[in-house]
Amino acid sequence: MVSTSHLLILSAVLFALGMAGVVIRRNVIIVMMCIELMLNAVNVSFVAFARQLGSIDGHIIVFFVMAVAAAEAGVGLALVIAMFRHKSTVNLDHVNLMKG
Amino acid sequence: MEKYLWAIPLLPLLGAGINGFGALTGALSRRAVNIIACTVVGIAFVLACLVNWELAQQAGHGGAPQLVSTWFEWIAAGSFSVDAALLVDPLAGVMLLVVTGVGFLIHVYSTGYMAHDPAYARYFAFINLFTFAMLLLVMGENLVLMFVGWEGVGLCSYLLIGFWFTDTEKAYAGKKAFVVNRVGDFGFLLGLFVLYWGLKEQGIDATLSIVGLREIVGANAISGAVITTVCLLLFVGATGKSAQIPLYVWLPDAMAGPTPVSALIHAATMVTAGVYMISRLSFLYLQSPLAMTVVACVGAATALYAATIGLTQFDIKKVLAYSTVSQLGYMFLAVGLGAFSAGIFHLVTHAFFKACLFLGSGAVIHAMGGEQDIRRMGGLRAKIPYTYWTFLLATIAIAGVFGTSGFMSKDEILAAALAANPDYTLVPGWLLYSIGTLGALLTTFYMFRLVFLTFFGDFRGGKDLEHHVHESPWSMVVPLIVLAALSIVGGLMNVPEILHGDERLHHWLSGAAPSVARVDVVGHGAEIGLMVALQVLILGTIALAYRMYLKSPAIPQRAAKVLGGVPYRLSYHKYYVDEIYDTLIVRPLHSISRVFLWGNVDVKIVDGSINGMARVVRYASDLLGRLQTGQLNGYAFSIVVGMVAILAYVAVK
Repeated sequence: MVSTSHLLILSAVLFALGMAGVVIRRNVIIVMMCIELMLNAVNVSFVAFARQLGSIDGHIIVFFVMAVAAAEAGVGLALVIAMFRHKSTVNLDHVNLMKG
Repeated sequence: MEKYLWAIPLLPLLGAGINGFGALTGALSRRAVNIIACTVVGIAFVLACLVNWELAQQAGHGGAPQLVSTWFEWIAAGSFSVDAALLVDPLAGVMLLVVTGVGFLIHVYSTGYMAHDPAYARYFAFINLFTFAMLLLVMGENLVLMFVGWEGVGLCSYLLIGFWFTDTEKAYAGKKAFVVNRVGDFGFLLGLFVLYWGLKEQGIDATLSIVGLREIVGANAISGAVITTVCLLLFVGATGKSAQIPLYVWLPDAMAGPTPVSALIHAATMVTAGVYMISRLSFLYLQSPLAMTVVACVGAATALYAATIGLTQFDIKKVLAYSTVSQLGYMFLAVGLGAFSAGIFHLVTHAFFKACLFLGSGAVIHAMGGEQDIRRMGGLRAKIPYTYWTFLLATIAIAGVFGTSGFMSKDEILAAALAANPDYTLVPGWLLYSIGTLGALLTTFYMFRLVFLTFFGDFRGGKDLEHHVHESPWSMVVPLIVLAALSIVGGLMNVPEILHGDERLHHWLSGAAPSVARVDVVGHGAEIGLMVALQVLILGTIALAYRMYLKSPAIPQRAAKVLGGVPYRLSYHKYYVDEIYDTLIVRPLHSISRVFLWGNVDVKIVDGSINGMARVVRYASDLLGRLQTGQLNGYAFSIVVGMVAILAYVAVK
C-alpha cells in the first residue's frame, strides 16, 4: 500500500532535484526542464493530499498548474530561441546584461 | 465717518495695484498712470480733511476727539490678540494731512519730473505703495500694525532709492539704506517684545493697542526699568528710520533716488516717523526721564553735527540731506524735552519748506540736465525764475527769518529748551538751547551758501550747458508755488503766545500728546530779547554768507587754509564716519562671513553634511550593486537560501 508519506517523500525528492538543477546547471534548456520538474513535484503532493482527503480540489489545481506550465514552457522556449539567435549560445554564464 | 477710515490707506494701495499691473504688462498709458496715481492720493487727502473736520466737531462737543475703526481680528493667539484697526486722534489727523497733502503735491510734481522715464508705471506703483504703508504707520491702532507700516515704508524707501538699479552705486545706496534701517527696526522689534514681556510679568493681559497701553501705563502698572528699556529700544528704531546719530549714514546716500522721492520719503514723511512714533507713545516716554533725556541729547547732537557737515558739501542734494538730518534732530530735541506739539509743529513746517527745497533742487537738476554739483551752477536766478523764487522763500523759512513758518516752529523748540522741565530733562536746558541756536545759525549759513552758489553770480557750467537750462513744466512749478506759500504762512497755525497768538496746534494736540516743557521760568522780556538777538544773528549770518560767496569768493578757500584744513577736511569728508563704520563693522562682518561662516560653517558643515550623505549613499550602492551579478543561477540560489531560511524559522518557532 502506497501511503501519503511515500508520495510526499517522492515529491520532496523531485523538488530538490529540480531546485538543484536550476541552481547548478548552466544550460538554459536544462534549467527550464528542471523548473518543469519542480512544478510536477508540487503536482504530486497536490494529488497525494487530494487522495488522502477524498477531495477534488487538489486535482483541479493540478490542471491549473499544468496549464500554467505549458504556457511557461511556450514563452520560455521562445525566449531561448531569441537568446540563441542573439548570442549563439544557450549558456547562462554568457547572458549577464542585467549586471549591476 | 469711522466706516470710511479704511478707505484712506486702501485707496493708495489700490493705485499701487493698478499701476503695478500696468508696470508688469505695459497696458497703461502714461496719462492713465498719472491720473490713477494722483487721484487716489487726492481722494485720500479729501477724506483726511473730512476726518479732521469730524474730529473738530467731536472736540466742539467736549471730550477727547478720537475715531476708531476695527475691521477684523488679525492675530489671535491665546490671550494675545491684535485687531486690524485704525485710530485717528488729533495727532494722527495732523500727520494724515501732511502725508496725503504734501504727498499729493509731490505726486503731481512727479508726473512732470518722471515724464521721460521709461519705468514710469513702476515708479508710481512704488510711490503709491509707499503712501499706503505710511498711512498704515500713521493710523495703526496698535504697535503691531504700526510696525507693519514701519517696515513697509522701509521697503518702499529701498525700492525707490535703488529705482535706477542698473547704476551699481544707486543700487548699493538702496541696499545700505535697507541694511541700516534693519538695525534700527531690530531695536523697534525688541522694544515690542520687552513691552509684551513686561506686561505678562505683571499678569496683565498683554495688549499692544495704543489706547489700551495708555490706560495700563496711566495706572502705573509697569515698572520704570521696563518702560525705560522699551523707550530706549523703540528710540533705536527711531534713530534708524529718522536718520539720527548713530544710524543717520544711510540718508545722505539715499539721495541716489529720484528727487521727488527724496522730497516725499526722505524729507517730508518717512523720516519723521520716529518723531511721530515718540509723540504717539508720549504717555510711555513721559514715564521715563532718562529716555526723554537721551532722545533730547541725541536730537541736539545730531542737529549740530549734521549742520557742520552741510557747510562744506557741493552736491545740491547732499546739502539738503544733511539739512534734513539736522532738522530731524530739532524735532527729536523737541519731543525729548516733552514739547510734543513743538516737535510735530516743526515736523509739519519742515515738510512744507524741505519738500519745497527738494522739489526746487529737482527743478534745478532738471534744468541743468542732471548736473548736481553747485560748483558748476551759478546765475540761475534769471533763467529759472519760478524755481528761484520758491527756493528762496523756502530757504528764508528754514533759516528761521521772523514771521516764516520755520521761525515759529524753531523758536518754539528753542523756547522749550530754555524752559526745560528738570523733572523730564536731566541735562541743563541752556546747554540744549545753545546747541540749538548754534545749529540754527549754521543752518542759515549753509542754506544761503547754497542759494548764492546756485542762483547768483556767473554761470560756471560752460556754454553747452547754459543753452540747455530751461524752466520746468507747470506740473512741477505749481507744487513748488503751493509749498513755498505754505512755508511762509504755515506758521500761522501755531503762533506762540508771546506774539499774542493762540497756539492753535498746541491746544489741538494737547489731548493726544500733552506737552510738559512749558514751565515759565524765563520772563517774557528775556524771551523776546533772545528772539530779537537770534534774529539779528541770523541776518548777520546771511550777510556773512553773502560776503563769503558773492562779494569775495576767495574767502572760503582762505578760511579753509587758515583753519589748517583739518576741520574743513573733517567736515568735507563727513568726519570719515562712513570709513569708520566700514573698518569697524562692515569689514569685520565681511571677513567673519567669508572666512568663518562661509569657509567653515557653510562649506564644511552645511555643504559637508549634504555631500557626506551623498557619498554614503554612493558607497552603499556600490557594495549592494555587486550582488547584482546578472547570473540567473545566482539569483535562483539566493531565492532558495531565503526560502530555506524562512522555512527554518517557521519550523523552529
